[in-house]
Amino acid sequence: MPDATGLELIGQELGDAVLETVFFRDRATLLIDPQSIRSVLAHLRGKGYTFMASVHGVDYYPEEPRLGVVYELLDMGRVDRITVKLRVPSDAPEVDSVTPDTPQGAGWPTCDHQEREVYDMFGVVFRGHPDLRRILMPEDYEGHPQRRDFPLGGEPVIFTYNEPHGPRSQR
Amino acid sequence: MNSTEESRARSEYRRREESITLSAVEEQIEDARATGGGPELLTLNFGPHHPATHGVLRLLVNLQGEVVRDIKPIIGYVHTGIEKTAEDKSYWKVIPVIERMDYLSYYFNSMAFVGAVETLLEVEVPKRAQYLRVIHMELNRIMSHLVWLGTSALDLGAISMLWYCFRERERICDLFEMSSGQRMHTRYFQVGGVIEDIPVGFAAKLAEFVAEMPGRADQYKALLHRNEIVLNRLRGVCPLDTDTLLGLGVTGPLLRASGNPWDLRKAAPYCSYGDFDFKIPVGTVGDNYDRYAVRMAEIYESVKIIEQALAGLPEGPVMTSDRKVALPPRHELATSMEALIHHFKLVTEGFRVPPGEVYNPIEGPRGELGCFVRSDGSSKPARVHMRDPSFVNLQAFSHIAEGSYIADMIAALAMLDPVLGGIDR
Repeated sequence: MPDATGLELIGQELGDAVLETVFFRDRATLLIDPQSIRSVLAHLRGKGYTFMASVHGVDYYPEEPRLGVVYELLDMGRVDRITVKLRVPSDAPEVDSVTPDTPQGAGWPTCDHQEREVYDMFGVVFRGHPDLRRILMPEDYEGHPQRRDFPLGGEPVIFTYNEPHGPRSQR
Repeated sequence: MNSTEESRARSEYRRREESITLSAVEEQIEDARATGGGPELLTLNFGPHHPATHGVLRLLVNLQGEVVRDIKPIIGYVHTGIEKTAEDKSYWKVIPVIERMDYLSYYFNSMAFVGAVETLLEVEVPKRAQYLRVIHMELNRIMSHLVWLGTSALDLGAISMLWYCFRERERICDLFEMSSGQRMHTRYFQVGGVIEDIPVGFAAKLAEFVAEMPGRADQYKALLHRNEIVLNRLRGVCPLDTDTLLGLGVTGPLLRASGNPWDLRKAAPYCSYGDFDFKIPVGTVGDNYDRYAVRMAEIYESVKIIEQALAGLPEGPVMTSDRKVALPPRHELATSMEALIHHFKLVTEGFRVPPGEVYNPIEGPRGELGCFVRSDGSSKPARVHMRDPSFVNLQAFSHIAEGSYIADMIAALAMLDPVLGGIDR
């Protein structure tokens, strides 16, 4: 991990793109402006964080902006990790996809399935993703189940329709 | 038949065998192009219920003759919403469900999760518990590799390997049963340590297994390592270079087979892995044979780690002394009011975790297994996400298998070692 000072330095280099730097339990996190995700990741790649370990979604319900996307970057040479986080409002959950190659920098092919999962589970739309479809849930599924206000359980048992609650129950 | 005749017949056979290359198919395609007809593609649905997909994986394969031109994996058939379920359970009740994600590496799943929660709580895990965790995780790694070896050999046509590998797997499951009462999904790792100390006789039984395992692995090697069929099916088949693999986020034995010695146990030691002396097996070209050989070599290294952990197993508690996290000892409940209150609070509500977010990566049998936990200060996690290596590694499959024969695609899938429970979660 970069130490607290190193994180501040990275934050200063990125300028206005960084909204907040968080150093928590020896882990460095940059909270950034969703508009600048491609340029921030390209900058960090130039600093050695060339491996995208993970992309996942978080729901900060009931706070706004509600939906978060977290990118875990890794520098294998220095064994150094940094987390890039952005938050988008639930009424316009859109952010640029980092999967394809773009003028701002080379793409991260590993984000393909992971961005699809975030879209599937949270409904965050990744602009420019080559193939943004549901990945784990059925194609005709309604709703995004990992959102905090999505009810737990209540999925009807198929062909019986004896489950009284839930979004897809047949009353 | 005398020996010269035999060798002539053999070489004749070899000559014919080696004459079968992709060039014949390429020529046919070129001919078809020249005469105006495009190459004929066949879209084949493969799975989801197919024994060679190691679970419920569905593949849409575009074939040109017998050559794979395009693969689209379709997943989600065993999606059970474990991440969602975890948000409705207190932290210690999340462990059993999270172990059921990647059902071949349950100790690793729980380690990634409890490691993240321990970081949030800033709980110190006693040394003995760390060593016990290492012993169980490495046993689990051997077990996972044994299942992989047995089923992969089955895909290559070597049926007997499955029985040999499952024979040793049984012994590991017996050990798990001895220490925790369960053979799979043991719930042995708890936040702050392990649930209880190993029973009398466990160390002796483990030592016996550890002494025997390298010999067993030697027997597997004798069957497979220089087997003509295995060599022909695996060597030089479906290679992929390090840079492409890294771009696709691939970790674990797949990455190490291509020559990159990245292993979190060495690079960023957690859970006392720094105390042990072991090597990271790497391959050279990253073909299917390297993937096979790296996992085989890892079995020996895991045995070495267990040996050292067992020899150096320190005395002491197996659970943190922090009573806000750990259940009090049973005998105190009858005498201490404090202990009774703690026990009641822990069992009914569970412990509260300070707000924050932590991503805790460990080295699973298939690669980087990361657990992201967000706490909102309550006794239930606000978000649990598992970065499962199978899920990420599967993206590399179309890059690995494109341009190979369909039979080699099966071998490549076996060497990729996906576990669908981990992919779909």
